[in-house]
Amino acid sequence: MVHFDHVTKRYGSLTVLDGLDLRIAPNEKVAIIGPSGSGKTTVLRALMTLDRIDDGVIWVDGEPLTHMRRGDGLVRADGKHLRRMRSKIGMVFQHFNLFPHMTALKNCMEALVRVLGLPVEEARQRAGELLAMVGLADKQDEYPARLSGGQQQRVAIARALALRPKIMLFDEVTSALDPELCAEVLGVIRELGRAHQLTMLMVTHQMGFAREFADRVCFFDSGRIAEQGPAREFFDAPRGERTQRFLRAVMDAG
Amino acid sequence: MSESFWDWAYVWQVLPELVDASVVTVKATVSGFALALIIGLAFAIARMIGPGWLRQTTIGIVEVIRSTPLLIQLFLLYYVMPEFGLTLDAMTAGVLALGLHYGAYCSEVYRAGLEGVPKGQWEAAVALNLPPWVTMKRIILPQAIPPAVPALGNYLVALFKETPLLSVIAVLELMQTAKLLGSESFRYIEPITLVGLFFLFFSLVAAALVRALERRLGRGSGRVAR
Ligand SMILES: Nc1ncnc2c1ncn2[C@@H]1O[C@H](COP(=O)(O)OP(=O)(O)OP(=O)(O)O)[C@@H](O)[C@H]1O
Ligand SMILES: [Mg+2]
Repeated sequence: MVHFDHVTKRYGSLTVLDGLDLRIAPNEKVAIIGPSGSGKTTVLRALMTLDRIDDGVIWVDGEPLTHMRRGDGLVRADGKHLRRMRSKIGMVFQHFNLFPHMTALKNCMEALVRVLGLPVEEARQRAGELLAMVGLADKQDEYPARLSGGQQQRVAIARALALRPKIMLFDEVTSALDPELCAEVLGVIRELGRAHQLTMLMVTHQMGFAREFADRVCFFDSGRIAEQGPAREFFDAPRGERTQRFLRAVMDAG
Repeated sequence: MSESFWDWAYVWQVLPELVDASVVTVKATVSGFALALIIGLAFAIARMIGPGWLRQTTIGIVEVIRSTPLLIQLFLLYYVMPEFGLTLDAMTAGVLALGLHYGAYCSEVYRAGLEGVPKGQWEAAVALNLPPWVTMKRIILPQAIPPAVPALGNYLVALFKETPLLSVIAVLELMQTAKLLGSESFRYIEPITLVGLFFLFFSLVAAALVRALERRLGRGSGRVAR
């Protein structure tokens, strides 16, 4: 479903992704963990086409995402190609990034109306269903500032689902939340994974959740996957010394 | 006519003409400022998301306009442009000069407003696949403009107070009318004082309107938290 084919991303002299190879199967749930600065966010941002990669190709659904076919070869994707491919992908951010001047409902309607071109009434109904799905049917007319962090993040999840993406990206979506609000957001993600055919990539520091929810865990270090494996196996018997040290540090921290 | 310091009869005599002239002043202000708002926004957007060459050109134009006096720009538009085949009537030249000059200043205000919108808002819009223009119109501007309103309002009042400059290209606005009246009767004190009062009155009205607008924008939506 997703294939990072030797992807490199640099910021000046800093190589953030270093020839990354990663294949993700349809419907697979992949947890990405690793120390700060190891490139976890960059992976998601590259896939969401928020950042341009310097080398390699990202494939989505059998088609190049960052490039497009031209004759036998590939050239950099233009805006039109990116827009078409992006519709397969949704992303939820650490800091929610809700539109503060729109109600919860309007946040979810925006793409339905402006991208899919749905009539307003239909969009309203679909947005209402999305909010109901994340348990916020009664908050649809609230502005983000009047919602708790957990509720805002659930609105953001509903909004990201509006275009029915096949791939959902979650970047530390509970990191900005108080512990007691994490559970409601993780609950929504768990339910999503159960009820829908979604490929999911999530960057997380919630090892418990990664272990129980993910099919596979990728441990990033310096822009490469230092170790990966099925979630249980990975956490129960980490092989690399670096991995063991990281996991021990995270466990100690809480 | 006794040579008193202040002649009420003369005041009543010139008042109608000055009222007519104040209409011209207000018209020049409103059209000039409307133009400034549009030009300023265009400059700010071009500078933010335009291609490199457009960005550089815009920065250059804004810099040149801001570093030269409005009076010079007025002269250029009215007296020099005809040499290049562009003849404008005085009012049009005046409005254009005001619009360009204050547009350059307004663009800086818009720019601060645009830059104040968190990057995450752009990124969320990309993730939702919103086209760039929709993003600008629906997501960014509604957040960028309200904080810019007070500063834009100040420029409205500033522009208004600079309209007497148009008298140098013979637009019959308040100042020019007062000068003509004065030169006919050799009494300047009444017309000029009246013009001052007009300006005071309209400035206060404009300031009150801007404040009301600020209050309206500040209320309602949950713009407080980001
Ligand atoms: N816009 C940028 N300009 C320059 N350097 C950047 C930029 N964005 C990220 N980086 C650098 O790239 C590296 C990887 O960043 P990334 O955000 O992917 O890390 P991360 O694994 O998500 O870390 P964290 O756990 O702290 O979120 C870091 O060293 C970071 O400083
Ligand atoms: Mg990160």
